[in-house]
Amino acid sequence: MSFKSITVVAALGAVAVSMPALAQTPKKGGTLQFAVVAEPPTTDCHGTTTFAMVHPVAPQYSTLLKLTGPHDNIKVVGDLAESWEQSADGLTYTFKLRKGVKFHDGSDFTSADIKATYERIINPPEGVVSARKAVHSDIGEILTPDAHTVVFKMKQVNASMVLHFASPFNCVYSAAELAKDPTYPSKKVMGTGAFQFVEYVKGSHWVGKKFDGYFLKDRPYLDGFKAFFVKSEAVVLGMRGGQFDAEFRGRTPAERDQLVSTMGDQVTVQEGPWITNILLSFNTSKKPFDDERVRRALTLAIDRWGGSESLGKVTLIKGVSGVFRPGASWSLPVSELEKIPGFWRDANKSREEAKRLLKEAGVPNLKLKLLNRTIAQPFTPAGIYAIDQWRRIGVETEHVQVETKLWFDGMANGNFDVAVQNISDFADDPNAQFNTLLSTKASSIAYSRHTDTRIDDLYKKQSGTVDPVERMKIVNELERYTLEKAYNIPLLWYQRIVVNHKKVKGWELPPSHFAGQTLVDVWLDQ
Amino acid sequence: MADVTAGDAFADKIPKRTNPIVKFIVAQPLGFVGFLIVLLYFVLAVGAQWIAPYHPEEVDFGAMLTGPSPEHLFGTDQYGRDVFSRLVYGARTALAVGMLSAIVGCTLGAILGATSGYFGGIIDNVIQRLVDIMLSFPIIVLAMVVVAVLGRNMIAGIDANLIVAIALPMVPKMARIARSSTLSIAQMPFIDAARAAGYSHARIVLRHILPNIVAPYLIMLTAFIAQAILLEASLSFLGLGVTEPTAAWGLMLSGSSADFYQAAPWMILFPGLAITLAVFAFNLLGDSLRDWLDPKMKV
Repeated sequence: MSFKSITVVAALGAVAVSMPALAQTPKKGGTLQFAVVAEPPTTDCHGTTTFAMVHPVAPQYSTLLKLTGPHDNIKVVGDLAESWEQSADGLTYTFKLRKGVKFHDGSDFTSADIKATYERIINPPEGVVSARKAVHSDIGEILTPDAHTVVFKMKQVNASMVLHFASPFNCVYSAAELAKDPTYPSKKVMGTGAFQFVEYVKGSHWVGKKFDGYFLKDRPYLDGFKAFFVKSEAVVLGMRGGQFDAEFRGRTPAERDQLVSTMGDQVTVQEGPWITNILLSFNTSKKPFDDERVRRALTLAIDRWGGSESLGKVTLIKGVSGVFRPGASWSLPVSELEKIPGFWRDANKSREEAKRLLKEAGVPNLKLKLLNRTIAQPFTPAGIYAIDQWRRIGVETEHVQVETKLWFDGMANGNFDVAVQNISDFADDPNAQFNTLLSTKASSIAYSRHTDTRIDDLYKKQSGTVDPVERMKIVNELERYTLEKAYNIPLLWYQRIVVNHKKVKGWELPPSHFAGQTLVDVWLDQ
Repeated sequence: MADVTAGDAFADKIPKRTNPIVKFIVAQPLGFVGFLIVLLYFVLAVGAQWIAPYHPEEVDFGAMLTGPSPEHLFGTDQYGRDVFSRLVYGARTALAVGMLSAIVGCTLGAILGATSGYFGGIIDNVIQRLVDIMLSFPIIVLAMVVVAVLGRNMIAGIDANLIVAIALPMVPKMARIARSSTLSIAQMPFIDAARAAGYSHARIVLRHILPNIVAPYLIMLTAFIAQAILLEASLSFLGLGVTEPTAAWGLMLSGSSADFYQAAPWMILFPGLAITLAVFAFNLLGDSLRDWLDPKMKV
């Protein structure tokens, strides 16, 4: 089968997949076997930001709210919260909690558990790591007027707060257990989720079984699940050999094509834009990257529209967009995006302008070093593509590919001209997406080292704006300004491709590999 | 009476001097084939910018994974880059890294071996134990350790640390050979004469011993170039050598090439052949040089 025909088959599969799944009546029973391509560094949801923890651990826990639905219709719904309301000034969130919810040890869930959980995230006790403490810093006080009501009082308005209440990393823990040992989640897995922990063998597997006391009486459909920790390269062979039914992080286009060509209609393919991009950061503390003309020339040189579809056939990067993933509600409309330098449709016009700008800036034969990671997909192809595009305007690039630790050190120490990095989060959120793009005064991960406080001011303004229409206007203005200044430039956005066995039903492709992994609605058609 | 000189009288008895290149071709035809292939690679490496039809890093999405054709003799890779052009430029990388590493490794080894054999005693003991330690590591493992520890250090477009990593495993092997040659040369009367004349040790080693181990040096050098090319390709394949988008044969075989070997087998076929042929040619040349230069092989 040729490359093109495989791609077409895969694309048709992607279109066809979800329709029958929605129409069928779910069946009960069976054990879902899936691969996880990394080992969880901890079992504590609050202590890490990796999918390797989320995929095996999330089925055992609940969160206050949760994200649900596919990538083109993702929404926030209640999980342990039955309902919630936000005050008009945006400073108070009141949640009404479900009644009759039990922890796996049989104890009752109450508002005290929410309070203890969020206090652990905001003010982690000694020995506890809270990886997302900063994004919860606007929470001032947590009140529990009764056992099934919890009130969050904010220090200041944070328009992204509802998303953080739905964070898959904010697993709700037992207050009683935390009182005994605040580090218990890293030692035992015990929550209110649809599955109960059975065993975890490091380097091998994780097993969970159905929790009969789960608060949704007809869920979960599965009897249990077994997650296998394997190298990414082993997933295709494992699926072909029947070892795994699924792998939820995502496969490359080549792996998708291999699975489709060898397993045919035994697999389903789901694809969609991923909340992860490849970002090129200019070191503005070094000449000539402090010159806006040079940065603009380098973004103009990249033909994003021309590279998008073709790169998407062989790499994980595909989508053209600005600061938000393609198609997200926050994204600038394409008609506006293509007016911004670097996103013009006419590649020749862009390159002519780029050459003119480099000449004007006094660096017509610019040489630069591109700092990159030694991760094949998609960092290497991203580097190859940028280097090729810059070569076309006379820029000579040395590709410095190093191990992740050295790459981080290089960015942190400013030992680079341009760095290839990425932004990835669990939801389309202006606060999260812009955090990397702020000035050094406002963000600890602002590797471009710019000092443009207009970005910080607009960022604060949008975060403090409750009215969604008004916030959207500010976010769009901020996005336009950020892209025009080009301290950091998005190259392309990831395309998430998940290939599962066709018997796996009830799983819809979220735009993030962090979200939608509780397995509550998953069932096996066998 | 004809005016006949003594020289003329014996002229027909003096064997005619045959051109050494002709003698080598007649005596070592396979070696000559190896030499021609090596020469071809040199021509490709030196004239890459005139021979390659495309820039080796030029991405062309209109020609992704295209099979061999008049436009792309060896097809294209997943980014539409011309495989033939990348092979031609890859010869430059292979020969530059291969030759520099082999020269560095062989020269260091020869100096160490000659020093060890000449001085003997504790110096010999210390050097030989170091050689033993280095020989106990598999070549690829030693090279990987060096690359991992030293990182990258680009000088004139070539990673100097990669050359050190490839050269280092060659040092002990050359040192052993140079030592054994030195031990026999050191017993020669002209060395005693040099000592008696009061020459310094450095002068004796550099002026009298090293020139006499040139033959094994050249033989090992050709063999090591083949090894170095293979090692560079292996390290690049493992992601420790040359980095994308530089054209290098090992790199062309590695990474995502494996993802496309079914749809585009030319992506791995031609670099594989280039490596095999280069190693084969250098080995042929090395073996023939050994036979040609070793007096024992002529008996």
